Amino acid sequence: MALEITPELRGRIDDLFCDYAYCIDDDLVESWPDFFTDDALYEVTTKEADARGLPMAIMRAKGMGQLRDRITALRKANIFEPHHYNHVISRPRLSANGDGSVHARTSLVVYRTMHDGRQDRFVVASYDDEIVERDGALRFKKRRVVLDSRQVDVLLVYPL
Amino acid sequence: MPDTIIPASNGLSQPLHWPAEGATRVPFRVYHDPEILKLEHERIFRGPVWNYLCMEIEIPEKGDFKTTFVGEIPVIVTRNRDGQVHAMVNRCAHKGALVCMQERGNKQRLTCVYHSWNYDLTGQLRGVAFQNGLRGAGGMPEDFDLKNHRLEPLRVAVLHGMVFGTFSDETPPIEEYLGEMVCNIMKRNFSRPHKIIGYHSQIIHNNWKLYAENVRDSYHATLLHTFYTTFKINRLDMDGGMILADPIPWHSLSYAKRATIQEDEGYKEIHSAQFDENALQGPELLNSFHEFDDNITHMIQSNFPNLTFQFTLNSLAVRHFVPKGPGKTELHWYYIGYEDDTPEQEEMRINQGNLTGSAGYVSLEDGCINEFVQRGSHGSEDANEFLEMGGKTAETSEGSRATETSIRGFWTGYRQIMGFDQ
Repeated sequence: MALEITPELRGRIDDLFCDYAYCIDDDLVESWPDFFTDDALYEVTTKEADARGLPMAIMRAKGMGQLRDRITALRKANIFEPHHYNHVISRPRLSANGDGSVHARTSLVVYRTMHDGRQDRFVVASYDDEIVERDGALRFKKRRVVLDSRQVDVLLVYPL
Repeated sequence: MPDTIIPASNGLSQPLHWPAEGATRVPFRVYHDPEILKLEHERIFRGPVWNYLCMEIEIPEKGDFKTTFVGEIPVIVTRNRDGQVHAMVNRCAHKGALVCMQERGNKQRLTCVYHSWNYDLTGQLRGVAFQNGLRGAGGMPEDFDLKNHRLEPLRVAVLHGMVFGTFSDETPPIEEYLGEMVCNIMKRNFSRPHKIIGYHSQIIHNNWKLYAENVRDSYHATLLHTFYTTFKINRLDMDGGMILADPIPWHSLSYAKRATIQEDEGYKEIHSAQFDENALQGPELLNSFHEFDDNITHMIQSNFPNLTFQFTLNSLAVRHFVPKGPGKTELHWYYIGYEDDTPEQEEMRINQGNLTGSAGYVSLEDGCINEFVQRGSHGSEDANEFLEMGGKTAETSEGSRATETSIRGFWTGYRQIMGFDQ
């Protein structure tokens, strides 16, 4: 169904963004893939790579299988110091795409707290999203996280 | 045999004790002491080594430049009007300011913004603002000569598309410095027209030499990085080996052939390999294509001091790890594809980009593991690492990669060049 930018839709997108952020911040990442369509593209890249047209991302998941694998790997395979995020997100700027989806650009800052209390600003970035409606719910068909800096501090294991 | 005691001289205010066991022991002080990093600049980065600067494809056109670092020294690499590649310290001959602030670009002249001293692309001073003063007053003294001033040059060598630089007149020719094994690997991987398809960097909170060890450590790779072993991308029960450079074993190659796995019971004991191998719901992540007749599907090739080439399945990357003080390193990840890749091949390389880098399934642990050594060894600077897996020597190990031979090779070369072996 084609989405129209109405105050009601804006409210629903606000809810989507909050639910998405709290899903990660509250370590409920098993539900993270549910925010996406089955054929979605999720990418973390940098402003510099985007400007240079470099196609490879830092983290990339194409389709539901790869989205779920990221979570399985971080739960079962990858080894890292326990930490959690706190996402702070701005009001999204919305525009209608011709194909019935909505494009959203949103600023975000992610603070990272390590298990021993060390705390820092981990990421300053923008979300570059395509949002669609599937079965009455809003989903990301595309969510690209574009980091302002080329540098990733220590490692990136939880999605942003 | 007694310990080697490097006396308190040559910039060290305290003597350094290197245990008599040699390259099987490493005093933790080398990761923490700012005086040692300073000495490394004198003896390694400004010494008789070829430092990686950039790839030729980053400066394809006349006038192109790219800034980088040799150790902590800022360096500019340029392509001059005659097509030759030059390198020089990014430090104005006047007041020492950075001459180039950008990462890359194209210029006819390099001009310092502070006082408009300008240089040609070889680093020679060409002009100075107000050289003759204003209104007949001021200006440079009469004996001032532009020809006597320039940006400090490095000698440059280009091999298979990689640009190297050295400050020392003693450095042997590049082919001799790298040796036959490294030259062959570089030819295999980079002699075809190639392009950058991805780039980012990772800040790791450890000394640069801990990463130099880490990339030579085939023993850890299949234990810490469980994704490797579970999906049989790289395991020690595949045909593979470690080849060390000759005569100084400070460069090395670790390789494996995925088609040759003979599953060893040893892996069943490993805590980490518990991920069900059929668990990938997006198995296309590991789609790969056959590229080389040598059947090598995984290689990590590391060169002294701070350069590694990686080829995992079809994921080719240049890793350049640059010191930022004794306890911090910026690890640059450049991902490479070939100009004649089909869209399907490029898609596979892009997918496999998930394996390595700061978020890589088989590499993200390295972002913290070296920091654990840095943190674990704080306050124990007189204690030593123990490196006897696979023996006590530093030599090629064709049969097995359950060995630290390549790490011992790094330290053998390091001790020689630093004068820490006598």
